[in-house]
Amino acid sequence: MSSALVLTGLLLHAVSGIPGWVFRGYRDGGQRLSVWLAGAGSVLGIIGCLAALWHPPPSGPFLRIDGLAVVFLLPVFLIPALGAIYGTAYWRQNDHPGNGCRLRLFFGLMTAAMGGVTVACHAMVFLVAWEIMALSGFFLITTEDEDRVARAAGLLYLIVTHIGTLCLFAWFALFHLLTGSFALEPIADGIASPAMLTVLFWLAVVAFGCKAGIMPLHIWLPGAHATAPSHVSALMSGVLIKIGVYGLVRALSWLPGVPPLWWAGVLLALGAVSGVVGVVLALGQHDLKRLLAYHSIENIGIIVMGLGIAVAGRTLHQPVLLVLGLAGALLHVWNHALFKALLFLSAGSAIHATHTREIDRLGGLARAMPWTAFSFALGAVAICGLPPLNGFVSEWLVYLGAFHALGIGQAKSWVVAALAAPILALIGGLAVACFVKAFGVVFLGEGRSPEVCGAREAGLLMVGPMLVLVFFCVLIGVAPIVVVPVLDAGIRAWALGEPELVSLSSLARLGWISLGALALLALCGLLGAGLYRRIRCGGVVRSVTWDCGYAAPTSRMQYTASSFAQILGSVFAWVQRSQWRKPGTMPVFPDKTRFRGHILDVVLDTTVKPAFRSAVRFLSSLRFLQAGNIHAYLFYIVAFLIVLLLWKGAA
Amino acid sequence: MRDVGIHILLLLLLPPLLPGVIGKTKAFFAGRVGPPLLQPYYDILKLMRKGSVFSVTTTWVFCAGPVVGLATALLAGLLVPFGGHRAPLSFPGDMILFAYLFALGRFFTAAAALDTGSAFEGMGAARELTFACLAEPALLFGMLVLAKLSDSLSLTGMLAGGYPLELGVTAPALVLVAASLFLVLLAENSRIPFDDPNTHLELTMIHEVMVLDHSGPAFGLIEYGATMKLMVTGAVWLRVAMPNAAADSWLGWILFLAGLLGLAVVIGVVESVMARFRMVVVPTFLVAACLLSAFGMVLLVR
Repeated sequence: MSSALVLTGLLLHAVSGIPGWVFRGYRDGGQRLSVWLAGAGSVLGIIGCLAALWHPPPSGPFLRIDGLAVVFLLPVFLIPALGAIYGTAYWRQNDHPGNGCRLRLFFGLMTAAMGGVTVACHAMVFLVAWEIMALSGFFLITTEDEDRVARAAGLLYLIVTHIGTLCLFAWFALFHLLTGSFALEPIADGIASPAMLTVLFWLAVVAFGCKAGIMPLHIWLPGAHATAPSHVSALMSGVLIKIGVYGLVRALSWLPGVPPLWWAGVLLALGAVSGVVGVVLALGQHDLKRLLAYHSIENIGIIVMGLGIAVAGRTLHQPVLLVLGLAGALLHVWNHALFKALLFLSAGSAIHATHTREIDRLGGLARAMPWTAFSFALGAVAICGLPPLNGFVSEWLVYLGAFHALGIGQAKSWVVAALAAPILALIGGLAVACFVKAFGVVFLGEGRSPEVCGAREAGLLMVGPMLVLVFFCVLIGVAPIVVVPVLDAGIRAWALGEPELVSLSSLARLGWISLGALALLALCGLLGAGLYRRIRCGGVVRSVTWDCGYAAPTSRMQYTASSFAQILGSVFAWVQRSQWRKPGTMPVFPDKTRFRGHILDVVLDTTVKPAFRSAVRFLSSLRFLQAGNIHAYLFYIVAFLIVLLLWKGAA
Repeated sequence: MRDVGIHILLLLLLPPLLPGVIGKTKAFFAGRVGPPLLQPYYDILKLMRKGSVFSVTTTWVFCAGPVVGLATALLAGLLVPFGGHRAPLSFPGDMILFAYLFALGRFFTAAAALDTGSAFEGMGAARELTFACLAEPALLFGMLVLAKLSDSLSLTGMLAGGYPLELGVTAPALVLVAASLFLVLLAENSRIPFDDPNTHLELTMIHEVMVLDHSGPAFGLIEYGATMKLMVTGAVWLRVAMPNAAADSWLGWILFLAGLLGLAVVIGVVESVMARFRMVVVPTFLVAACLLSAFGMVLLVR
C-alpha cells in the first residue's frame, strides 16, 4: 500500500513535464497541469512515506522503503513540489517559450530519479536511476544553453558526475564479486579482506562525494548552482546533493564489521575541510547564488562531520555517539534542504525583480520586497545554526555527539570526535559573518544601482512556497520532537545489528530546546512590544543616517560585500586566494577608474585547471603521432602487436 | 526557589553597576574623581525616557537589533550558574545554546548596523563579526576542557567545581583556559585592548560604531544588554578562575558579588595600564586565545 503510494507519487513527478509538450499551443495550460501533477505526486508520496514509517512495507527484489529511505524521500517530495509552484511564476512558459517545456520535463524526471535512487535495493535499478538523475541535472543546468557560462558549467558537471559514476561501477562490480548478487544488502562478515574494505570505502567516498560536493570534489557545484534557474538551484542544492549523502550513508551501512577508527577520522577531516573552506570561499563571493552554493559545501561538511561521529560511535561501541552523530547528520539533511531551498527561492525572487546576481549592485530591497526580505532573513538565521530555528537543532545534536566523546575513557580516541566542536564553532562564526553580509548588503541600506529602483514584491505563487518553507524551519526549531520518530527509524535502518540502540529522545533533551526557543521568542516579543510603546511615547523624528557631516553622500559610499569580507579575507588568505585589479596612482584630477576583485576556487582555479593546462602542453608535443596518415596508424598497430607477442613469448 | 529569585534579581539589577565600577577604577588611575558609581543606571533610565530619531533608510531590522540583543543576553543569563548555585535553566548541552545565543544577538546587532546604510556602521559590523569568528572556537575549546574535567554536559555542572586540581595536569589546563577566556571576555565585551568604548573617532571603533544611529529607548536597550552581557560572561569566567570557591548558600552569593566587582576592578586596571591594540593585531591575539585553550585540551589527553 505505502510503497504503491510512493511509486505512484514518483511516477506522477516523472510524467509531470509531458503535458507541457502536448499542450504547447495553450497559453499556460500545460504549465498548470504539470504543477498539479507534481503536487498530487508529492501529496501521495508524503502520505506513502508516513504510512511506510508506521507499517514498513515488505521489501521487494528491486525496491525497499525502510527508515533511511523515508528520511531522504520526504525532502525529495516536498522541495520539488514547492519548486514547481514557484517555477510557474519565476520561469513562465510565456516568457521562456524556448526552454520552459524542457525545464519542466527534466525537473520532474530528476525528482522521480532521485526518489528511485533512495528506494532502490538492486544495483541495476540504483545505477539506472542514478544516471537518469545525473543526466537530468545536466539538462537543467544548461537550461539557458545559449549562454557560454552555462554550457561550461554543465560540461564540468557532466565530467565530475561521470567520474563519480565510474567509481560507482567499480563499487558495484566489487560488491558483486564479494556477495555474488546485485541485491543491495549488507555484506556478510568475514568475506571481505581489510584491503578490499579500504578500497570500497574510498570508492564510496569519491563516488558519492562527487555528487554531494565534498571538498575537494566540489568543483562542479558553484558554477552549476549559480547558472541554473533559482528553483532548479533550490532543488539541486536542497535535494540532489543530499542524494550523494544518502549514497555515502547507505554504502557505509552495507560495509560489514566494525569500521576502523581512521574511517571516522577521514570523514571528520573531509567534513571539517568542506565546512571551513566552503564558508571561507563563500565569504568572498560577490554573486549571490555562488555564495549560496559555497554554503551548500559548508553544510555538507557539517553533515559529513556528523556522519564521522556516528562511524566513530560504531567503532568504539558507543551507541550514544552513533545515535547523536547520525541524528544530527540526518536532521541536517532535512534542515539544509528546507533553509537552502528557502534561501535560493528568496534570492531568486530578488534576482527576478532586479535582473542581477551581483550583490554589490543590490541594496535596500527590504522596503520594496518585505516578504522576500523576511524569508531570506529567516533562512539566513536558520543556516547559521542559530536558535530558535531548525539549523540550531541539528548542529546541537552534532555538538552533543562531540561532547559525549569526552566521556570515552579509551586511549585518545575521544580527541578525534571532540575536535568537531571548535571546528563547528568556527564554521558557525564565519557563517554568521557571511549571511549578515549577504542579507545586509542585498536587502538593507540603500539601493546601489538603478536596477533596484524598479523592484517590486514577487507574487503569491513565489512568496507562498517560501512561506511554507518558513513554516517548516520554525516548526522543527520550536518543536524538534516531531521529527524524532523518523530519525529513529532512519538510525535503526542504518545501524542494523547494533544491539543497544536507544531512542534519540532519551539522549537529547529536545523538550528543553523547545522551551529555550519559546522563551526566546516570548522575550523578544515582550521586549519588542515594550520598546514599541516607549518609542511611541517618546516621539519619533525621521532624519538621515549619520554621515559625519559629509555634504553629498551617495548610495555607492555604503559598505559593500567586498569591503565587508576584506578583513576576514586577509585572516584566511591562506585558503581564500583572490585576484584584485586596483586603480594605480591618480593624477591631480582623477579620471574614471575601475576596481575588480575575484575569488579563486582553491581546487578548481588553483589546482585542477593549471594541472590540465600543463597536461595539455605536454601531450600536445606528442601530437605528431596522430598526423592523419593511415599507414602510420597501421604501423602502430603492427608495432604494438609485435610488442605484445614479445611480451607473451618472454613470459 | 529563593536562589532562583536572587539569580533573576541580580541578573536584572546588577549589570549597570559593573561599568560604573570600571569607570571609577579608571578615574582613580587617572587621578580624577570620575562619574558617580551609579552613572550607567542614570544613563539608561534617561535614555528610556527620551524621544527617538530614526534614519529614513531603516526598516524593522533596525529595532530588531536592540531587542534581540537584550533578549539573548537575558536568556543566556538564565543558563549560567551564579556563584555555584544551580542556574534557573539547565540541561545537558546548554553550553551550546549559551554560545549560540550570543551569536544570534550579534547577527541582529550587525544586521541593524547595516540597515542604516552607513559605511561606518558597516565597518563596525564587519569587525565585530570577524573577531567573533575567532573568539568562538576559543570558547568551545574552553568548554571542552571544562566538560572533560567535570564530566558534565551542562553549564551548571561544568562550572560547579569540585573536581580535583592536580598540579601536573588539571590545574595548568584550567589556568590556560582561564587566560584564554579572559581574552575572549575582553573581546566580546569590547573592552580595551580590543576595542575602546570611549573613543570618539568612528573609524577606530568596533561595537560603538555599530550602534551609532540608535537613539532613545532603543539605545537604552543596547546599553543595558551590553552591561548584561558583561555580567553573564564575567560570571562564567569567575567560576573558571575560582572553580572550588564555596557554593554555600549565602556565602556563595557574597563571594559571587565580590568576585564580579573584583573582576570589574581588574578590567578597569587593564584598561588603565594598556592602550588599544592596532586593529590588524586583534586577530592575532584572538588566535592566541584559541591556542591557549587548545593547549589546555591537549594537556588533558592521556
